[in-house]
Amino acid sequence: MLELCIKHRQGDFDVDVDITTPGSGVTALFGHSGSGKTTLLRMLAGLDCPDQGRIALNGRTFVDIGQKIFVPPHQRRLGVVFQEARLFPHYRVRSNLTYARRITHGEAFDRVVDLLGIEALLERMPGALSGGEARRVAIGRALLAEPDMLLMDEPLTGLDGARKQELLDYIVRLTREIDLPILFVSHDPEELMAIAEQLVVLDRGHVMASDRLETLLSRGDMSPWLGGFEASSLLQGQVLSHDHHYHASRVALADGQYLTLPLLSQPEASPLRVRIRRRDVAIALSHHSDSSFRNQLEAVITTLTPGAPGTLEVTLSLGGQSLQSRIALEAAEALELVPGMTVVALIRSVSLAG
Amino acid sequence: MLTPLEIEALRISLQVSGTALLIILVPGILMAWLLARHEFVGKSLLDGVVHLPLVLPPVVVGYLLLVVMGRRGAVGGWFYDHLGLSLPFTWQGAALAGGVMAFPLLVRAVRLSLEAVDPRLEAAARTLGASRLRVFFTITLPLAVPGLVTGAVLAFARALSEFGATITFASNIPGETRTLPLALYSLIQTPGMEDAAARLCVISVVVAMVSLVASEWLARRTRRRMAGRDRGTP
Repeated sequence: MLELCIKHRQGDFDVDVDITTPGSGVTALFGHSGSGKTTLLRMLAGLDCPDQGRIALNGRTFVDIGQKIFVPPHQRRLGVVFQEARLFPHYRVRSNLTYARRITHGEAFDRVVDLLGIEALLERMPGALSGGEARRVAIGRALLAEPDMLLMDEPLTGLDGARKQELLDYIVRLTREIDLPILFVSHDPEELMAIAEQLVVLDRGHVMASDRLETLLSRGDMSPWLGGFEASSLLQGQVLSHDHHYHASRVALADGQYLTLPLLSQPEASPLRVRIRRRDVAIALSHHSDSSFRNQLEAVITTLTPGAPGTLEVTLSLGGQSLQSRIALEAAEALELVPGMTVVALIRSVSLAG
Repeated sequence: MLTPLEIEALRISLQVSGTALLIILVPGILMAWLLARHEFVGKSLLDGVVHLPLVLPPVVVGYLLLVVMGRRGAVGGWFYDHLGLSLPFTWQGAALAGGVMAFPLLVRAVRLSLEAVDPRLEAAARTLGASRLRVFFTITLPLAVPGLVTGAVLAFARALSEFGATITFASNIPGETRTLPLALYSLIQTPGMEDAAARLCVISVVVAMVSLVASEWLARRTRRRMAGRDRGTP
C-alpha cells in the first residue's frame, strides 16, 4: 500500500494531497502540467522533502515530518525512470545498467535485457543511442536496482509517434511480465488507457479523484478532467483464437461472451485490454443476424443518465465489467429502456488498448 | 647545451611546481565542490579568501606566510616543535608559496566544471542506491575531469612563474629555492651576465609554452572524447 499524505508549498503553488493506493499493479498519476504530479514523484523518490506529511510504502515509512523521519533517496529502494533518460554519459550501457550493483549478471540480468531488447546496445556509449533506446536502457537500469516500486515520470514524452508506440509496447509487456508495483506519471490519456489500473487525477496540487481506471471512466462527473480520454470503456479479456482466413482474432470476456477484433499478434490465452468508444456502442433489444455488426454482446442496463441535450448515457453491465453507450434520447424512449433490462450491445469497433 | 646552473634552476622549478600542485590538488577539489554544490553561511567570505592570492601583491602573501608558517608562526611553530619541520628558506617552503598562489586558479577551473555537471544525473545516481560520496566519485568527479585537467595545468604554470611570494617566504638560495624566475632575477642583478639572463629567459618562455600547449592538447583530447560519445544523439 502506498500512502502519500503531503502538504507542501512551493512559491505560490500548493500541494495538498492524501492518497492511498494499492501497493501493486500500475497506478497512474494523471494531470496537466502544473498539477503537481512530478512534485509528488520527486517527494516519493526522496529528491524533495515536503513541508508536512507522511510517505510510506508497504509499511516502510520514508517520510514522517512529525516524527522527523526522512529516509535519503539511496536507501528507499525505488527505481526511478525520468523523463529524460539521464544515462551516465561516461559509462557504457552495460555499466549504466549495473550501476546500482544489485543485479549485475546472470539469468535475472539477461531477462531484463531481453525484455527491453537492449542486448545489442550493451557495449555502446549512451551518446550513441537514439531517444527510444536510451529510455529503454534507463528502464532497465531502474529494474536492475531491484526496486520495491518503479516510478516512471512521463517516460514517453518527447518521442515521435512510432518510437512512442514501440516504447509503450515494451512498458506494457513489462507490466504483464514483471510483478512490480509501478507508479506512472503522465498527462497523456492514450498512455494511461494502455497500462493504468488505478488512476489518481490531480489538478493544481489537489486530488480530484482516485479509483480504478474503469470506475473513473464510467463516472460522468469526471469528464471535465478525463475529457481527453474520449469517453470509452475498457474491458479485460483473453485471446481465445486466431482466424487467419478472416484475419480476425476472438477475445473472450469474463462472462464467456467474446469479441472479434482484427487479427492480433498476441498468442492465444494472453490477457489483454480492449477499448470501446462510447459512441461506437448501439443498443438493440435482440440479436441481429441480419446486420453487419460482428460484435453483439448481451448486457444488463444498470443506469441511464441524461448526457448532452438529446442524448442519453447508458451504462451496461456484462460479467461484472461495465460498458458505456451514448444513444439518442428519442431512441431510448422508443425502445422503452429501463435499468435492469437485458439488451444487446451492438459494437461498431473495438480497439486494443495499448 | 644547458649549463649546470640552468639545469639546476629548471630542476628546482619543476620540483617546486610539481609539489605545489600535489599539495593543493585535493584541498582545491574539495574547496571547489564546497563552493559549487553547497549553500552555507559565510560562503561569499570563504570565496573571497580563496581568491585573495589572485589580487594581493605576492609579497604580501609571502609576508603572511612568514607570519603564519614561520618558525614562530601560529602553524609553523607547531610544525617545527612537533615535526621538526621548518618551511622558510627551503624548497618545500617555495612549493607552499607557489601552491598558495596557484590555489585560486585551480579552485576556479574545477568549480566551473563541477557546476557544469548536470545535477539531474547526480539525482538519478542517488535513486540507484548510491550514497553522496559514491555519487561524487563515480559521477561528479569523472564528468568534471576536463576542467580538472585545465585547472591543474594552469595551477602548475602559475607555480612555475611564482616570484614575489617565493622570494619573501623562501628566499633566493642557490640549489634550494632558486627557481627559474629567481635565477633570472639574480642574473639581471649581476653586471656582465646579460647573455646568461637572455638564455634563461628563452628557457622560461619554452617551459611556459610547453605547459600551455600540453594543457590545450589535454583539454582538446578530453573534449573530443566527450563529443565522440555524443555522436548519434537525435
